[in-house]
Amino acid sequence: MSLNVPNHKVCSWTQDYDQPASLATYTAHGGYEALRKILAEKTPAEDIIAQVKTSALRGRGGAGFPTGLKWSFMPRGYAGDKYVVCNTDEGEPGTFKDRDILLYNPHQLIEGMLIAGYTLGAKAGYNYIHGEIFEQYESWQQALEEARAAGFLGKNILGSGWDFDLFAHHGYGAYICGEETALLESIEGKKGQPRFKPPFPASFGLYGKPTTINNTETLASIPWIMRFGGQAFLELGKPNNGGSKLFSVSGHVNKPGNYEVRLGTPFAELLEMAGGVRAGHSLKAVIPGGSSAPVLPADVMMACTLDFDSIAKAGSMLGSGAVIVMDDSVCMVKALERLSYFYFEESCGQCTPCREGTGWLYRIVHRIEHGQGRPEDLDELLRIGRNIGGNTICALGEAAVGPVASFVKHFRQEFEYHIENKRCMVGH
Amino acid sequence: MLSPQSLALIDQEVAKYPPEHKQSAVMSALRIAQIELGWLSRDTIEFVANYLAMPAIAAYEVATFYNMYDLAPVGRNKVTLCTNLPCQLQGADKIAQHLQAKLGIGFGETTADGRYTLKEGECMGTCGHGPLCLHNNHKMHTQLTTESVDKLLDEMK
Repeated sequence: MSLNVPNHKVCSWTQDYDQPASLATYTAHGGYEALRKILAEKTPAEDIIAQVKTSALRGRGGAGFPTGLKWSFMPRGYAGDKYVVCNTDEGEPGTFKDRDILLYNPHQLIEGMLIAGYTLGAKAGYNYIHGEIFEQYESWQQALEEARAAGFLGKNILGSGWDFDLFAHHGYGAYICGEETALLESIEGKKGQPRFKPPFPASFGLYGKPTTINNTETLASIPWIMRFGGQAFLELGKPNNGGSKLFSVSGHVNKPGNYEVRLGTPFAELLEMAGGVRAGHSLKAVIPGGSSAPVLPADVMMACTLDFDSIAKAGSMLGSGAVIVMDDSVCMVKALERLSYFYFEESCGQCTPCREGTGWLYRIVHRIEHGQGRPEDLDELLRIGRNIGGNTICALGEAAVGPVASFVKHFRQEFEYHIENKRCMVGH
Repeated sequence: MLSPQSLALIDQEVAKYPPEHKQSAVMSALRIAQIELGWLSRDTIEFVANYLAMPAIAAYEVATFYNMYDLAPVGRNKVTLCTNLPCQLQGADKIAQHLQAKLGIGFGETTADGRYTLKEGECMGTCGHGPLCLHNNHKMHTQLTTESVDKLLDEMK
C-alpha cells in the first residue's frame, strides 16, 4: 500500500513497511506529493475546501462533524494570526488509534496539518498530545525535526515563499482536554475547563484568534484526499460517510488492535478481523464508539454496519471508532460502575449538574454493585441523568449519562437482580 | 532551584509559543521541574511561575488540575495502573490485586522504604495493549501479566 495508488488504508498503509515512521518511507511512497502540488500550483483554498467537502470526511474524534464545513467557518481575509490545532488528546476509554498514527505514520499527520495550515491561512499549528503517551510525544517531535530539516516546515517551505511551523504540546492527565475549548485553555497554560460557546473557535480560538481544531485521524486523511480527490475518498465509504476509518477494538476479542476498514463495513467483519470473541464465550454487548457511546446488545450490534448513520439508527454513535467488546462473562453493573467512576473522576468541576451529578451516578451504581442497591435506584439514575443532560457547558455530563441510561435500558434485568438478590447473575 | 539543563529544556518549550504567551509552557515546565526534583512543592511551583512571568496561583491551578503532577513526595518508582473498562476486561483487576499484595500497599500509597508508589490511573489511550501501567509518568509497559509485573518491579531500583 502507498499514497501512489488509491486504496482503503488511508492512515495505516505505512505499517506494510519496515520503517513505517521514517521520512524516507513516507516520501518513497507518495508522501508530501499532495503538498508539493498545492504549493507549486498555488491551489486556491476554496478548491481544497471543495475537495474536502466532496470527500464527506467527518470528524474522526467522536462528533462526526463534516470537516469541509468546519474549515469553511474560518474567516477569510482576517488580518491577524490564525491557528490550526490537532487534537491528539486521546483519552476516551477504548480509543487508541491516534497513538498509532503518531507512532507509525507521523509524516502523514504533518502533511495534513501543513495542508490545513495553508488552506486556512494559519501562521502555526499545535498538536496537543495526551499526557500518558510521552513516548509518542517525543517520537512525533523527532518527526517534526526530520520534516524541518527536509524543508517542509519553517520559512519559505519548498521554496514557495510560504512560512508555517508546527509544534507539539504535551498534556499531563486530564480527559476533559479532549474537549476542544478545554484543549485551547490548556495550550494557553491554564486549567482545562471548557469555554462557553459561542463564540466558537473559528472566530475566537487559541489566544483569541481564529482557530480550527481537528482530530489526528481527520488531519492525517487530508493528504490522501488531496492526492486522489474527494470523490475517490467518498467512494471508499458510503454517501455522507466518506472514507475508511480506524477502529480500535479492545476487550474480549482474540486480537485486540486497530483495523482500518471502509465505512459501511459490517460489524461482523470487523469482529472477525479482531479474531472473534474468546473461545467458549459468546458476544454479550458492544460499546461501538468509545465509553461515551451508548452500549448495544449483541444482536443489535451484529446487525449494524460501521458508519455514522447505521450506528446512530441503532441508538448509539460511531464516536471515535473505539469498539469495546464484552462477552458473556461480563457483569454489566460492574462494567458501568467503572465507567461511571471515570466520568466522576474526570469532571472538571465547572458546572454543578456535572460535578455533583457524575458523583451521584457513581455512588448509586457503586452501591448496586456492592449489594446495597434500593428498588428506587434505577429510576433515580435516569432522573439524575435527565437533569445533567443539556444543563452543562460541554458534553462531558451527557457523556456520563449515555452509558448509565443505555446499560439500564438494555440490561435492566441484571441491575434488578443485583438489587433484589444482593449479588450478581454472572457470578462475580 | 532548577538545574541549567532543566532551564534549557524549559526555554525550548517557551520557544514554541508566541513571545507574549510564555504561560503556554507552564505544563511542560512543571513536568521538567518534577522530573528533576521528584515532586512539586509550593516553592517549586512558585519558582516556575516566576520564571514564566505568570502569577503563582495560576501555576498552582495547573499543577492541581492535571493528575500526573505530584504535589507530595512519591516513591522513586511511581507505578500508575490503568483500571478503566477496556483494561479491566483484559485483566487489570488481577494485576491490581497482585501489585497491592506484592508491595503491601494500596493505591495512593508508598512503600515504607520509599521505593514504590502505586497509583490508579485513567485511560492512557493504549487500550488494545492492556493491562498496562506507566512508570514514572513517561515509560509505558503493556500486556502485563503477573510474571511480567514481578520482573518489572525487580528492575525498578
